[in-house]
Amino acid sequence: MSYLPYAVAAWICLVGIAGIATSRNLIQLAICLTVTQSSSYVLLLSVGYVRHGKAPIFVGTKLGTTAVDPVVQALTLTDIVVSVAVIALILALALDAHRLSGTVDPDHIADISG
Amino acid sequence: MLLTTLVPLQAVAFGLVALGAPLVVLTRDPLRQALVNGIYGVSLVCLFVVLEAPDPALSMLAVSGIGYPLVILAAVARVRGHERAKDDEKR
Amino acid sequence: MSRRVRLLLLGPALLGLGALLAWAIAGLPAFGDYRGPYGFVLNRLVVPLRHTTNVVMGVNFDVRGIDTMGEEFILYAAVVGVTLLLRDETRSRQAERRTQRFRNDTVRLVGIGMVGAGLLIGLWLIAFGYVTPGGGFQGGVVAAGAIVLLYLVGNHRDYRPFRNEHVLDPLEAVGTGGYVVVGLAALVSGTAFLTNLFGFGTPGLLRSGGSIPVLNWASAIAVTVAILLLFAEFLETYIVPLEPEDADS
Repeated sequence: MSYLPYAVAAWICLVGIAGIATSRNLIQLAICLTVTQSSSYVLLLSVGYVRHGKAPIFVGTKLGTTAVDPVVQALTLTDIVVSVAVIALILALALDAHRLSGTVDPDHIADISG
Repeated sequence: MLLTTLVPLQAVAFGLVALGAPLVVLTRDPLRQALVNGIYGVSLVCLFVVLEAPDPALSMLAVSGIGYPLVILAAVARVRGHERAKDDEKR
Repeated sequence: MSRRVRLLLLGPALLGLGALLAWAIAGLPAFGDYRGPYGFVLNRLVVPLRHTTNVVMGVNFDVRGIDTMGEEFILYAAVVGVTLLLRDETRSRQAERRTQRFRNDTVRLVGIGMVGAGLLIGLWLIAFGYVTPGGGFQGGVVAAGAIVLLYLVGNHRDYRPFRNEHVLDPLEAVGTGGYVVVGLAALVSGTAFLTNLFGFGTPGLLRSGGSIPVLNWASAIAVTVAILLLFAEFLETYIVPLEPEDADS
């Protein structure tokens, strides 16, 4: 059971990929992509956890108390905010596809001849 | 590999997140899926707090409460606006 | 590839990926059994060396400052991509008049209170980012959310200054480029790129961390304006029936 956190991260990744492959709507595809991205955050933070460790903020706590890894937290927090812009780019592509072909179904976009 | 290496609070947090992900994927309407994604984001915030990570928790709170609904709802509104305009043109 | 073929291929592909992930996970140390020395070294050293009590911010803007610069350029590139795809200058003038104002008074009153409170909370998160949990990225999203709330509770005329591309585009460049300029200033003064130049203060106060506050505010401006730009590009007032009072505006 000490590998449960990593198993949860792998499960979320697989669920997200299954959602992307079976989606019928490009906007729904973008949201399933956010689920897949969240699996990487769970994995990063689980790898950096130290047993009985505190948060790596030293206001009021003495220097030298055991704290969790700060590097993975730095990676995760910038990644979360940047993913908003990336999802917006994917949604903009979906809007363009809808404007040109009249549908947001990824299976039927290619049917329209240009 | 005993169960004692995971504090019960952490086990519950991981279980909620593992339960929330299929729920988000299985919702088919994009508008409703945006709402379920927001709730999944709150469960992720609880998980990050339990894992002693306040900065990623703040990021996820702001993004799942403000960032994702903003872009998703704007895209859905624009798609519906186009479809409504096209229906009006046909009539 | 038709949908049925794709779904048939999905099952074995997911199984293969799952097996690969399981094999990778089996090689990891157990949960909580953190071995690597880098985390412990940073937790001991960042506060005495850089005088910031938030070690994560110290790592973000000082120890691994170049990674954050890369992330900011991902944000910038995504915003440029959205702008190229969606900005259409010919149609924006005429469609702008015909919006419907949000009518419920209670919602508007609560929303107006939330705009001010949200902006204050966002600015506080940014300003004290390297002392307590927070930072430019988180506070930037909150502040941008408070400004976008103004679109919901106010008229389209109230929100027009925040949609103005001639203001938002240079501000985004200032935020992203300011980060690079601070790094180049270190290069000019003879040390390596993004070395912490200015004097450190006392940890726990606002005046600490050297060049970390400057980088913090630059990234906060970049993130806030990026979200405002994204919303402005997605915004398109489609045609709804004209209300009599809106016709005079």
